[in-house]
Amino acid sequence: MTPTTTTPESATTAVALSGVTKVYGRGTNVVLALDRVSLDVRPGEFVCLVGASGCGKSTLLNLVAGLDRPSGGDITVADGARPGLMFQEPALFPWLTVEANVEVPLKLRGIPRAARRERVAELLRTVHLADFGRKRPHELSGGMRQRVALARTLALDTPVLLMDEPFGALDAMTRDILHDELERIWTERNLTVLFVTHNVREAARLADRIILLSSRPGRIIWSTDVAVPRPRRIDSPEVAAIAAEVTDRLRTEVGRHAA
Amino acid sequence: MPPDTLTRTDAELSGLDALEIAGRQKETSRGARIWAATWPKLAALALAVAIWQLVVLSGWKPPWSLPGPLVVGEELLRQAGSAQLWDGIAVTLRRAAVGYVFSVAVGLLVGLAVARSTVLRAAIGSMITALQTMPSIAWFPLAILLFELSEKAIFFVVVLGAAPSIANGVIAGVDYVPPLLLRAGRNLGAHGLGLYRYVIAPAALPAIVAGLKQGWAFSWRSLMAGELLVVGISQTSLGAQLTYARELADSPWLLSTMIVILVIGLLVDAVFGAADTAIRRRWGVLDQAGR
Repeated sequence: MTPTTTTPESATTAVALSGVTKVYGRGTNVVLALDRVSLDVRPGEFVCLVGASGCGKSTLLNLVAGLDRPSGGDITVADGARPGLMFQEPALFPWLTVEANVEVPLKLRGIPRAARRERVAELLRTVHLADFGRKRPHELSGGMRQRVALARTLALDTPVLLMDEPFGALDAMTRDILHDELERIWTERNLTVLFVTHNVREAARLADRIILLSSRPGRIIWSTDVAVPRPRRIDSPEVAAIAAEVTDRLRTEVGRHAA
Repeated sequence: MPPDTLTRTDAELSGLDALEIAGRQKETSRGARIWAATWPKLAALALAVAIWQLVVLSGWKPPWSLPGPLVVGEELLRQAGSAQLWDGIAVTLRRAAVGYVFSVAVGLLVGLAVARSTVLRAAIGSMITALQTMPSIAWFPLAILLFELSEKAIFFVVVLGAAPSIANGVIAGVDYVPPLLLRAGRNLGAHGLGLYRYVIAPAALPAIVAGLKQGWAFSWRSLMAGELLVVGISQTSLGAQLTYARELADSPWLLSTMIVILVIGLLVDAVFGAADTAIRRRWGVLDQAGR
């Protein structure tokens, strides 16, 4: 994460994980959450991590976000950038308006007021919520709240976006539209996205590359490039075919855990 | 992405937003709201006065020890026109304010320190709760030994009564900050003081206000107990007036002073209640409860 560790490879790698291991607990209660996970994400790449419960998907994102330290291995984010993290819940601050929520990361970076106001307006336009800046989070629907959270994360001006099942709690129609929106913003802003989901179709709809994680411990067991041209539809046969293949692999993996 | 797809998504998105938001706003007029909150209180007050009058009419106690509402009301009006009552209110409120402000400072600092440090929490966390259960009047013998019959004795007990509640409010507030908000705040770049300013303090505010409200109740009670016991240093405090009224067997004076004490307590409580409601409305807790 320090500039001194930036190598010439950073031009081709936005996020690099090498041999990342995470152990929770001590003594007899030790749990191996992640086992020697190595992964290189190219700049501008959209990578979906798919796995059943207990595969350490969220742990992985926390480690990349720097909210937790790995027990072993290295994580490098190009140019020392601090990735933005989104959760399944919007995690908005209920005591602030929509505008003020988006403004928080700008304030924390010490950006002057006039510039902040401009940035907030621009970000709210990006997520199509320009008219809702004065509302409070509880006055919005789930999908709108998640878009506010996206605008707030984009306010970090980071090239790397980490998303932890961000659309998991939304209805199918809202989710479809947000897939289009996320794809548009990802293209417009040249973002690198690491997206965790247990929804295989969602992964096939969004990803350049799908990575399958095993459960307990979390290991990378399989990955595939998704060559379907964009824009995609979640109900297109190509997307469905990829999803079917990932589902089969996932079922085999889950079956290994049968008692 | 072709332009027609883009506009389609935009239209869908705003259509969905409009559908989701529709029907969430329900406005009642300000007057109607105030009336809805006021009339039950007025009715309860009328009922209480009526019961009081009935007890007096029943002749359970002689009128010189239990006067009726009319006599007490006249006395209250007479008192309101004299300097004595207002002097008493001024003395008592000054003591309350000084004691409470000091309690808030002590409570906030101690609460914050205990919430942050595991060592301090292990050391005095449970002691703060124990202090809270101690009836404040039980402190007075010690306070009088330490400070004699003085303002300091009253101040000492008021602070001991209020500060633990306030500290407990702070501790509870910091403890119950949702971990998700902490993670979000840290990811957005808040560390150390920034995390306190932007996440922990506002998230803990409802519990802190609850602690401040309880702290006020405790300090007000301690103050009244103190003014009843520590008489002689000031002729005019509300507590001292209660004592003199009893010694002179002037029951209208006694009851009218009690009403003044009750009303002051209610007014301050209403301020805290308004703060609490404002916070809950901002957070959207009231709307979810269907109010």
